[in-house]
Amino acid sequence: MISRRRFIASGTSGLLLAGCDKLDRNENFKGVLRSAEGLTMRSQRLIGGRDALAREFSEADLSPIFRSNGTARPDTPEYARHQAEQFANWRLAVDGLVAHPLSIPIAALRALPSRTQITRHDCVEGWSAIGKWHGVQLSRILEAAGLSTRAKYIVFHCADRFGPWPYYESIDLVDAFHPQTILAWGLNGHLLPVPNGAPLRLRIERQLGYKHAKYIQRIQAVASLSDVYRGKGGFWEDSTDYQWYAGI
Amino acid sequence: MDDAAVEDPPVEAPPPPRPLRRIAYRHRLPTRIWHWINAITVFVMLMSGLMILNAHPRLYWGHYGANFDHAWISFGSRPFPGWATIPSGYNLAAARIWHFAFAWVLVIGLIAFLVTSLWNRHVQKDLAPTREDLAPSHIWHDIKAHARLNFPTGDAALRYNVLQKISYVAVIFVFLPLMILTGLAMSPSMDAAWPWLIDVFGGRQSARSLHFVVAALMLGFIIVHLVMVVLAGPINEIWSMISGRFRVPPERSSP
Repeated sequence: MISRRRFIASGTSGLLLAGCDKLDRNENFKGVLRSAEGLTMRSQRLIGGRDALAREFSEADLSPIFRSNGTARPDTPEYARHQAEQFANWRLAVDGLVAHPLSIPIAALRALPSRTQITRHDCVEGWSAIGKWHGVQLSRILEAAGLSTRAKYIVFHCADRFGPWPYYESIDLVDAFHPQTILAWGLNGHLLPVPNGAPLRLRIERQLGYKHAKYIQRIQAVASLSDVYRGKGGFWEDSTDYQWYAGI
Repeated sequence: MDDAAVEDPPVEAPPPPRPLRRIAYRHRLPTRIWHWINAITVFVMLMSGLMILNAHPRLYWGHYGANFDHAWISFGSRPFPGWATIPSGYNLAAARIWHFAFAWVLVIGLIAFLVTSLWNRHVQKDLAPTREDLAPSHIWHDIKAHARLNFPTGDAALRYNVLQKISYVAVIFVFLPLMILTGLAMSPSMDAAWPWLIDVFGGRQSARSLHFVVAALMLGFIIVHLVMVVLAGPINEIWSMISGRFRVPPERSSP
C-alpha cells in the first residue's frame, strides 16, 4: 500500500511537473522565455565589444583526440564523389547580396593567406575540445565579393542532409567580420578529416559548436533570415528550437 | 498543632503566568519577495540544469574534456529521471531556453536583494555573524542545540542563530555568486569578454564541474532548510515568510 505521505509527495511533484510541461508547451509562455536570448546577446556584445578575442591556447593544451559531432560523413552520392576525388573539384560559391558573386576552387582557398588558431570548441551538450585550425578569414572573402550594405546576415549552406533538409547556419556581420572567424580547411596540421567537416568548415569562436557549419558549399549574404528554409537561421534552430544566438 | 490551623494556609507557589501570544514582525518585504521568487527560480534552474547535464553526463577538470578524455565523474546515459528535470522528456533545447531565461531572474534578483539589504542594513544587522556568534564554544553550543532539536524561543527566536547566519551568508555570498560565475565561465562569448573567468576556475570544464558541485550544495541547503522549517513548525514559519509576522514561541523555563 502506498503511504499517505508518499501519495501526497508524489502527487505534488507530479502536479508541479505537469505544470512545467504544460508551460513548456504554451507558446506565449515559451515566447517570454525565448526573449531572454536577445537580452543575452545584447548584454554579451555590450560587455565584450565586437572584437573580444576567444582565448588562443598553446600546442601543449591540444585535446589528444578531437571528437566530432553531428554528421560524421554526408550521405549523398555527390559527397561520395568529392571524397573519392579528395575534394579536388570542391568549390565555394559566394552569392546573394554581393557585388561580385564568386566560385572559388578549394585549392585557391587553401592558397590564400591563412590564419592558424588553437581554440576551444564548446559543444551545446557540454563537452569541450581544443584543436588547431587553419583557414582563411571570412572577412577576406566577403571583401573580395563586395558585400552589399543591405546585407545583414551570412548564411552557410552545407553538403550534409537530415532527411529532406540540408544543414545550414547563419551569423550576423559582427561575427562574420570578427578576426577569428575563419573558413577552416585544416585541423592540427592536416587537411580537415571528413568527420570534422572536410573540406571546408566555419570557425566562429565565440559561439557553440552547432554554429560551426561543416561541409560548406555556398555562402549567401542576405538581408533577412525569414526566407531561408524554415526561417530561424539554422537547421537546429528550425527543427528543434536551438537558440540562433549560441554565445552561451 | 491546633495553632497551625488558625494560621494562614500555606502559601502555594503562584501559577505561572500564561505565556502571551506574541506576534513579531520578522521578515521585511524585500526579503519575502526575494525568497519566493528564488523558491521558484532555484527549482527551475536545478531541474532544467539536470536536463542539460543529461545531454553529456560526464564531468572533467581543466580546459577541455570530451568522451575520450578522463572524467572524474560519469553518470550513465540520460541518468536523470523525468520527475527531476524540466521538461520531463529529454529536450536539451527546451531546457536551455528555461535555464537561460530564469538565469536572468536569479542574477537580477540577487543583485536587487544585495543592494536593498545592504541599504536597509539587513545584511549588517541580521545576517553578519557577530564576534560572540563565532566563538567556537557558542557554535558548538548551537550545534548541540540543533542536534537535540532545541530551537530558540522568545527573543532568541527573532534573531538568526549562528548556524542559520553561516548558511544564509554562504548561500547569498558564496554559492549563488559561484553558480552565476561558473555558469558564465561556460559561455564561449563571456570567456572572450572576460578571460579572467577561465583563469579563476582553471578552465571551462573545471567551471562546469564546479557548477555541478555548487548546485549539489545548493540542493543540500534546500533539503536541510525544508527539514528545519518542518521541525520548527511549518505553518508559523511559512506564514511568517508570506506575511512577515511570526508567532514567537514562548520562553522555555531554564532547566
